[in-house]
Amino acid sequence: MKKTGYLHDNRYLLHDTGPYHPEMADRLIAVYNGIKEAGLLDQLTLIPAVRADPKWIETVHDPKYIRRFEEICLSGNRTFDYPDNQMCVDTYETAYLAAGGILDTARRVMEGELDNAFCAVRPPGHHAERDQAMGFCYFNNVAIAARYLQMAHGIQRVGIIDADVHHGNGTQHIFEQDPTVFYYSIHQHPSFAFPGTGREFEEGTGDGQGFTKNSLVLPGQGDDIYEQLIVNDLLPAFERFKPEVILVSTGFDGHRDDDMSDISLSTEGYSWIMETIMKLGNQYAAGRVISVLEGGYCLDRLGELAANHVRILLNG
Amino acid sequence: MFVSRSMVSQVITIDKDASVFEAQEKMAANGIRHLPIVDADNRLIGIVTDRDIRSVMPYSLIKEKGAAQEREKLAHLKVEDIMTRNPKTISPMYTIQDALLMIQKEKVGAFPVVDDEGKLQGILSVRDLLRAFINVLGIGQPGTLVGIEVEEKIGQMKKIVDAITEENISFGSILVARTWDEGKRAVFPYLLTNNVSKVKKKLSTMGYKLINPMDWYLDRLPKKP
Repeated sequence: MKKTGYLHDNRYLLHDTGPYHPEMADRLIAVYNGIKEAGLLDQLTLIPAVRADPKWIETVHDPKYIRRFEEICLSGNRTFDYPDNQMCVDTYETAYLAAGGILDTARRVMEGELDNAFCAVRPPGHHAERDQAMGFCYFNNVAIAARYLQMAHGIQRVGIIDADVHHGNGTQHIFEQDPTVFYYSIHQHPSFAFPGTGREFEEGTGDGQGFTKNSLVLPGQGDDIYEQLIVNDLLPAFERFKPEVILVSTGFDGHRDDDMSDISLSTEGYSWIMETIMKLGNQYAAGRVISVLEGGYCLDRLGELAANHVRILLNG
Repeated sequence: MFVSRSMVSQVITIDKDASVFEAQEKMAANGIRHLPIVDADNRLIGIVTDRDIRSVMPYSLIKEKGAAQEREKLAHLKVEDIMTRNPKTISPMYTIQDALLMIQKEKVGAFPVVDDEGKLQGILSVRDLLRAFINVLGIGQPGTLVGIEVEEKIGQMKKIVDAITEENISFGSILVARTWDEGKRAVFPYLLTNNVSKVKKKLSTMGYKLINPMDWYLDRLPKKP
């Protein structure tokens, strides 16, 4: 049994997106209840949130953007940059707690206190650009964690696997010129899904050419195609890249019961993906797999999906 | 929508007396496929394309630059000898739609743009048209496309637009396309949001059929008789 961290904090519920918004606080409650009902809570190390040091946020985001976010949030505005990004007066602090909690979890993994971890945070991050909020995301949590691992722990090569059903435009753009971070994403084809990026021909630029890989899934496709694409695209890419730590942008929104996409992954399909990621983690990254929650909106499914997810982390 | 707004005005041209090799190098250096030829008064006299050049060169010269003697044989060949004289041109006051239909009809990759006096004002290529259409489609911005089947009668669009607007969602674009089914239309709003599940349910409840994404953009135009 591995020492698996579970980042969970009730302060993540304070980010209020208003009525009828899919990215709601109930998601994290469903995750927590699912893990609890599966009897896994006792086996996990519960990690509380801490506020991020702004210097880490600034490794990814423009300081002007961070100030703009703070001002708009504290002025009581309900949206930021796009109407999708619903927020409340606590959103700015919650975003700091999300990023900070992940950095603290990453530290514990690097110091050997934990083997791996699941960070169940809100707001999510992978759509957030260097200077723009997008798709319910404000700070790009995974990107900030990648920079932290490199700068605070001397990690040379960070592998990011984005399994959310939407393309992580923010993460891709932040690292597209950087050969020290490999960004792999598997998602619904951008002509059929938000945000419309992550096409097959986007493979990084400049020095980062060849360090971005996008695998596209068509509406209606599910387990078989995911397996095929991950085996053909992700495995050889990581064999070449040999990441020292793997960060996972985990989205449960490709489940067939999740109406935020047209993808038909089964619960078992999700388990297969995570088991495969763990194998990669063991092979190249000494088991250091840090999973960070992005999307996943079907409250009836989130519990079982999250429970399976942490069970796989516990089994290593 | 006028060509003058979408064309490239700083046109790279070539002299009629230049060699075919010069033309080839000029295209490669600038990443272009069309070189208009003008006289001293900037009047258009012809156009040379990468295809014109290829058709006079042996394959080995295109691929590997070739042996010196091969090049020698073609050295006398001038742009004037291979250019298309009096090419199809368009006016700066043509619209983008005119240019699209012309490109389909004439099967060319670019049009020199000339004014009433025959002077070269710009060039408009398929690439420029594509840029204009990416802008019109709105796909440079983050959003989600939705496909809806509607009856072909007045007032359908209003209902759809109202239903979406009530959800506080803005539009990147709306396309309307023909479908196989008689009396039906396919409407494709590109919505600037990640949050379409609620509005999709709402449209279904209103009685609209959402088109299976795997059937979007199928070429549903009736076959030619």
